[in-house]
Amino acid sequence: MRHRLFVSGLALFALMVVMAIFADFLATHSPVQVRARFRFRPPSLDNFFGTDNFGRDIYTRVVYGARLSISIGFAVVLLTAIAGTTIGLISGYFRRLDNLVMRVMDALMAFPTIILALALAAALGPSAFNIVVALSAVYTPRVARVVRASVLVVREADYVHAAHAVGASNLRIMLEHILPNSMAPLVVQLTFVFAYAVIAEAVLSFLGVGPPPPTPSWGSIIAEGKDYIREAAWITLFPGIAIAMTVLGLNLLGDGLRDVLDPRMNVESR
Amino acid sequence: MTAGGNLVEVENLVKHFPIRKGFFSSRVTGYVQAVDDISFAVARGETLGLVGESGCGKSTTGRLLIRLLDPTSGRIMLNGADLAHIPPEELRARRRDVQIIFQDPFSSLNPRKTVEGIVAEPLVVHGIGTRAERQARVAELLKLVGLAPDHARRYPHEFSGGQRQRIGIARALALNPKFIVCDEPVSALDVSIQAQIINLMRDLQKELGLTYLFISHNLAVVRHIADRVAVMYLGKIVELTDKNALYESPKHPYTQALLSAILIANPERKRQRVVLTGDVPSPMAPPKGCRFNTRCPLAEPRCREIEPPLIDVGSGHKVACHLVTR
Repeated sequence: MRHRLFVSGLALFALMVVMAIFADFLATHSPVQVRARFRFRPPSLDNFFGTDNFGRDIYTRVVYGARLSISIGFAVVLLTAIAGTTIGLISGYFRRLDNLVMRVMDALMAFPTIILALALAAALGPSAFNIVVALSAVYTPRVARVVRASVLVVREADYVHAAHAVGASNLRIMLEHILPNSMAPLVVQLTFVFAYAVIAEAVLSFLGVGPPPPTPSWGSIIAEGKDYIREAAWITLFPGIAIAMTVLGLNLLGDGLRDVLDPRMNVESR
Repeated sequence: MTAGGNLVEVENLVKHFPIRKGFFSSRVTGYVQAVDDISFAVARGETLGLVGESGCGKSTTGRLLIRLLDPTSGRIMLNGADLAHIPPEELRARRRDVQIIFQDPFSSLNPRKTVEGIVAEPLVVHGIGTRAERQARVAELLKLVGLAPDHARRYPHEFSGGQRQRIGIARALALNPKFIVCDEPVSALDVSIQAQIINLMRDLQKELGLTYLFISHNLAVVRHIADRVAVMYLGKIVELTDKNALYESPKHPYTQALLSAILIANPERKRQRVVLTGDVPSPMAPPKGCRFNTRCPLAEPRCREIEPPLIDVGSGHKVACHLVTR
């Protein structure tokens, strides 16, 4: 059962990635061209997901929205992984810095995530790049905490003591011994960060601090469609489904990875 | 014992772990007196056994000797250099001479490294040899500890506990150390494997002229491998002597109690069991006077007031007990 959930998570996520990569081939119309004659067309063979108030094809915009969401997700994951791992590794290894660093992380985590990201994105200005910066700043503390927690465990292993005993440098011990053995929880956490980033990007775009229109983003498509939700529900429905599927896929993937990477579960399956 | 004097001399070694309380002040509210003013020497080529129950400070002593821990005070002389007071760069170089074998063969090997990576690491750290030379050295070391050279490409999880311990020994030998701290090296192994590892360690000692500090709570194992034995109780050495003297005629009441607890596979033999009551006092607040006075069946009033020094009572038999050294 677990296995099946993991595979379906992987499939959902892979679908989104394929959409993002091959958006140019999958699109049936232009994502931005206004066609007044075709406003509010319901889903049909020509417009799979219908059209919006500017006559733009929703299917095409959702496909291009995937490109934006997935790229932002990957970028946030990459940045938080680098920053969070560095901070967590240093904080867990050099115990003198630990209290100071972790209190700063706690302070960042105490802010409501979306509000902090909103403030940062608003201050930096509306663009995809600034959203990545804002979301990375917001999610780095979570990753740092997870990494620190496993560093605290691994640093007490005898093979770390053995490395000290032969005179290995701190850098060598951190990179050769501690980091590789602290990766499993990090990988799991990063899939969840990816999911949060997709949602947060949609929320920020919905609120208008995302990439400026007419860039297709799932959040902004929903924002534009919300005024017509009674007459043309398809405008909001399809990007909503896209968000839900991406996040569901990532969560299943994360849960599955956690099971796969947990050595205690491994014993049974071997 | 083997001529050539002492390789290691420990003088007045102390390790107190501070207990900190409070968030901002981190003020020290007390100390765990893990090792409290101990002195001993290990002769070149000999094996000194270090026994005692859990929490008596024997592992801490071992870790101080190889400077995994910083001593609070005291001196650790090795080949004329004081390991406790040398600059970090020199300490790094000196680490080639002292190595450690750990108790738990599962925690002591990095699961993400191959056997070759593990055994060669000391060589890499000290910049010894080219890649090919290190590979040759690893093969040589693996053969020395009874493994096959082609085991080098495998990962630790592919080995049994005893084999993993052999890998740990190979790593400890990589830099040709003079002194090896063996921290309960066989306690985590099956009894049938224990003998193999002990015999391997004895053979290696003979072949390579190694000096061991053998830490264990297993008196039978220590009797098998050690030349002399030190008994620790609550951070202090209470008795230190030749193996035979200790096992035949223990002087300290604590040693007597320990030895009487060894199981003897002979139902005919009469045994006088000395059963200790109570628990070991907390090392945060050790009792005044002799540390053993709270559990000693022979304790006198002065034992609760004056701490007995470790005194030679003849032919190198050292005891810390008022009743013996009167």
